[in-house]
Formats: sequence, structure tokens, C-alpha cells
Amino acid sequence: MMPPDSRAGAWAQLRTGAARILRSSTFRLALLYVLLLSVSVAILLGYIYWSTAGYMDRQTTATIQAEIRGLAEQYRRRGLGGLTALITERVARDPVGASVYLLVDSGLERVVGNLDRWPPESPDADGWIGFRLREWGPARTEEHEARAQVFALRGGLRLLVGRDVRDLEATRALILDALTWGLAITAALALLGGWLMSAGLVRRLESINQTSREIMAGDLSRRIPLSGSGDDFDQLAASLNAMLDRIEQLMASVRQVSDNIAHDLRTPLTRLRNKLELLSAELSASGKAIDLAEETIGDAEEMLSTFNALLRIARIESGSRRAAFAEVDLAPLVQDVVELYEPLAAERGQQLIYSSAGPGRVFGDRDLLFQALANLVDNAIKYTPAGGEIQILVDAEPGGGARVEVADDGPGIPAELRDQVFRRFFRADDSRSTPGSGLGLSLVQAVVQLHRASIELSDHQPGLRVILRLGAGQSVDEPVRKLPA
Amino acid sequence: MRILLVEDDRQMADYLHKALAESGAVVDQAADGREGLLLAASGEYDVLILDRMLPGLDGLGIVRTLRASGNQTPVLFLSALGEVDDRVEGLRAGGDDYLIKPFAFSELQARVEALLRRGSPDAPETRLRVADLEMDLLKREVNRAGTQILLQPREFRLLECLMRHAGQVVTRTMLLEQVWDYHFDPQTNVIDVHISRLRGKIDKDFDAPLLQTVRGAGYMLRAA
Repeated sequence: MMPPDSRAGAWAQLRTGAARILRSSTFRLALLYVLLLSVSVAILLGYIYWSTAGYMDRQTTATIQAEIRGLAEQYRRRGLGGLTALITERVARDPVGASVYLLVDSGLERVVGNLDRWPPESPDADGWIGFRLREWGPARTEEHEARAQVFALRGGLRLLVGRDVRDLEATRALILDALTWGLAITAALALLGGWLMSAGLVRRLESINQTSREIMAGDLSRRIPLSGSGDDFDQLAASLNAMLDRIEQLMASVRQVSDNIAHDLRTPLTRLRNKLELLSAELSASGKAIDLAEETIGDAEEMLSTFNALLRIARIESGSRRAAFAEVDLAPLVQDVVELYEPLAAERGQQLIYSSAGPGRVFGDRDLLFQALANLVDNAIKYTPAGGEIQILVDAEPGGGARVEVADDGPGIPAELRDQVFRRFFRADDSRSTPGSGLGLSLVQAVVQLHRASIELSDHQPGLRVILRLGAGQSVDEPVRKLPA
Repeated sequence: MRILLVEDDRQMADYLHKALAESGAVVDQAADGREGLLLAASGEYDVLILDRMLPGLDGLGIVRTLRASGNQTPVLFLSALGEVDDRVEGLRAGGDDYLIKPFAFSELQARVEALLRRGSPDAPETRLRVADLEMDLLKREVNRAGTQILLQPREFRLLECLMRHAGQVVTRTMLLEQVWDYHFDPQTNVIDVHISRLRGKIDKDFDAPLLQTVRGAGYMLRAA
């Protein structure tokens, strides 16, 4: 049996899935299609109804008119006597038949016929009348629909000739029933088909969406899985993948250029620095020149550290260090970071507050994780004003792994800049007056990506909260997710 | 002090040769692995500086052969390979320290001096002493001129490292590696703040400062 929370989770997942299908354009298109189809089917069925029911109507009318013609012929030849005799004869021949006759005098009293009384309904211009007819026979309880034509004869007599249309009505109701159900079933089937079709399309689109989101989250190596059917979705996915390959190549070549510059300039720069050092040793006596030489050494150091950081990022991004991953406990590691930076914070009147809410077992590279966390704490110290407070928390993650939060009460980073801070050489202030190379967070991101971890910047109100989430298992090399079958 | 430098990059070798000679060492030079091994095997050197990638026989091979024949001369590897596992591999093969190219000469010099000191194995020390500063490694106590100085555990390790290398330059990177045991590049010079704290405890109330800053290189503990 599933545990209750996973069942609730599955239910929630199902609900969001259904909501996604309902929102999808495919499903909306399908709904429109269902509507159009239903209208067409309704028109078609309406025509069928009209032609069948109308045919039966016309048949009845024709029968009544034939009867009337017979009676009129008799009346013309033999007068009233002949007419009553014929009606009597017809009624006697078939007392409970479908034909209805009634001849009344001016006081509406029955002269002859198989109808009790003259119907109260008034006839239309052609003399047609529709009325309720009580069942013939001993029971005489049921009432049926009947149709008849009425005529005025000489001497205030009135004649009604008609038919019980019970069967006609029943048939008509049957046809109407069948047509209504037909329409309902058509709409239901079309709706179901639309749902299934949308679900299929939504699933395919969702896999593309999912991949896009992962790529936007920074993992440019992700590709959209193909279903292998070679359909238009596969073609779209293949085109997108080819586009991603191209983008990755371009980005790699841009990066390659900056890495090459860093690499090629590093050696002569180091030589320069070392020669300056030799020079300053020669100069040991004169104060002013040695100060200048040492300042120059400092400048060279700064450039070297920028180049080194660039190359370090490039090396981390190459992913080769993943082979050396091992289990790391984040709690002592973070404590070491805090311990290392505590004097620096204290010097600026800031407080570093460490707390641990759960075990921090993760899988990764100890030195790189230390580097990343040190950079985060370093940044927090740098951007928090004197007297500020920096909180560092280690906690276990519900799904395994752990997270580290570094929250300060400094000015924070505006939401629209949060994606940009990871770019190489990015500075929040355009003047580039703050110290540092602008590579600290790029390095953090390289470490995060190497660990397939996630980093999130949010508002600490006031200040910045950085949340680093790391996995516990060796699942860092899992293959590209397969398309759900 | 005799140093053997095995480096195939002519320019680098000449520069190092010159710089080391100027700091008072006698330097022999070899440009390939076999020649380097032959010279090193003579056992006349105090320190070997080996490039890891060499024609003929690579640095790792030289060290393995030397160690297998009982030669314990301290070895400093130079390498363009900066990965942690390369470093670990080098140290496992019998190297004593590892420096990634390009490096500042002062860093190399500090490490070579540290190796020279390590090269003379004494009986395990229980007390360290620099001028009137004393450290008892068993009781984990520090005294200066008879006054006890209270140190945090990390400050104790920092001071211990500096005292073990008394009279030598210790670079910030060496301190990070030996006291904090992490290989990383701090964005800010966090070490400086730790040093100034330590200085506040061991030097502030005394006449002669012991903890010196060596500009452009690192720190040194010595009697003034």
C-alpha cells in the first residue's frame, strides 16, 4: 500500500496533469472541434427527424383526406342519411380502430360517431384540429393524441373526421430519443478523443518544456528525448537539439577564447611578477622604488588571480573532477568556512551565525564545496553593511541530500538581476568599484553545475538568501531522462 | 644547500636556477628524466625540484625509483596539472610537496625551505620554542616570557605551523593547506585577519614582535 503522503502526492500530480491538459491549446482546439461536430451532427439528425416524422405526418393527413373524400362523395350522392349510414357502418366495422368520426347537431349533441363529445379545441384556418382522445374499449382511461379535420354541413350539423395518432407520436418520440442519444454519444466520444489526443500532445510538449527548463536552469548539455517514431514532434525535437548543439558550440568557443587568453597570458604574467620580485630585492635600499615595485607586484597578483579563477572555472566545467567525488558531511565543512571567515566578519562588526537543523551528507568534492561556500560567505560579508548579521544554516533535504542557506541583511539583489549575477565578470553596480574579480559567483555556479546541484537566490527581507541544494547519491551521472511510455 | 632542478622548459629552468642561486643555493640542472634520476641517485642533494612531465622518465617515475632504493631526499613537484587527483597522485608516489605552474618564486622558495627543514628528522618534538615564545604540544599550552597565552584551537594550529617553520617564510597558500586543510583560493585575504588576531595575542603586550609580514610572500615567525 502506498503511504498516505505519496498517495496525496500522486493525486496532486494527477490534478496538475489534468489542469495542464485542460489548459492546453490542443484540448481547446479539440473542444471547438467537438462543438462544430455536435452542431453538424445536430443539423444532420434534425434533417433525418424532419424527413421521417414529416413523412409519417403527411401519410396520416393523406389517409384522413382519403376518408373525407369517401364521406363527401356519399354525402353528395345520398345526403345526410347516406353519410350517417356510412359512418355507422365504418364504426361498426372497426369500433376501436384508428379512425375517428363524429357528426353533431347544432347543440353539439352526437348524431353518430365513435367520439363521446365534440372537442373543445378550436380548429385552424384549414379546419384541422388536434385534441386528446380517450382510449376506446372497456377501460377508457388512457388519453391519446388525435388529429382531425372538421366541416360545417347544412342545418348546423358539424362533422369531424380524424385519426388516432398515438403510434405516430410514439414513433416520433422514439426517433427523437434515438437522435438525442446519438448526438450525446457523438459529443462524448469526440470529447474523450480530444482529451486523449491532447494528453498525448501535452506529454510530448511537456518533455520538450521540461528539457527547456533544465537548460534555462543552466544545464546546457541536456537534450530533448526523441520518441523514435520520426514524427513531426521528433523532427521538432531533433531540430531543437541541433540548435542547442550549435549554441553550446558557440558558447564553448567564446569561453575557449577567454580561457586561452587567460592561459596564454598567465605564464608571461607570472614571469613578469617574478622578475619584479627579483627587482624589488635588488632595490632593497631605496624606499620609494621598492614601494612602487611592490605595488606593481600586487597588480600583477590581481591579474593572475583573475586568470586563475577563469581557468579554475573552465577546469571545473570540464567535469573531470566528478571522478573524485566522495561522501562529504557539509556540517563540519560549513563550520570550517564559518570559523575561517568569522574574524573577517568580526573586523567589520558583523555576526556570523551558524546553525544546523539536520545531517548534511552529500556526494561531491570537498575542496570545491568549500570553495563555493567560502565564496558565498565572502560575498555576504562583502555586501552586508557593518553591524549586519549573516546566518548560515545546514539542513537535510526531504528527498535525501542537504541544503545550505546563507542569508544576510544587506541590500540584497533586485529580482531582475538575480539571473545575471552568475555571469562571468558581472557586477551589480555598473561602476565596478567593489573589490573582487566578478568571478566569485561564476565559480560557485560552476561547482553547483558540476554537482548537478541547484542554487536559488531569494529575498531575505531585507537582504539576500542563497539556498544551495545538493544531492546525496551517486545519481549525478544519470542518463538523459527517457520519454514516459 | 644543494638543489637538483629537473625541468625541460629551458626558460623556466634558467630563471629558477638564477633565482635559487641568488638566494644562496647550489643548483644542479637536468633537462630530462634519466639524467635527473642519475644525478638524484648520487644522494648529494638536500631538495629535488622535479617537473612532473619530462622527456625520458617522468617526475613520478624518478620519485618511485628513488624511494624504492631507499633515497629519502625531499621532493617538490612542479606541474601544469592542477587537479586534486594529480596532486594526490604526486604525493602518493613519494613527493613531499606539489606546486602548480605558474607560481610565484616566493612560493617556491618558501616551500623549498620548508622541505629543507623537514629533511632533518629529529625525535618527535613535544616543545617548540622561538625566542621567549614557548609551545607545549602535549599540554596544548602557549607561554611567552612566562605568561600563559590562551589560544583557540585553530590559532594554536596556526601558531604551531609558524613555529615549526620559524625563520622561514610561510605563504598564505601553505597556511591554508596545512592549518585549514583545504585547497582553495580565497577571494579575500582571510588569512591576514587570522594572523592579525594571533599577533594581538602573542605580540601585542610584548616589546619585541615575533610575527613578521614578508611583503609579497607571506609570514615569518622569528626572534627580532
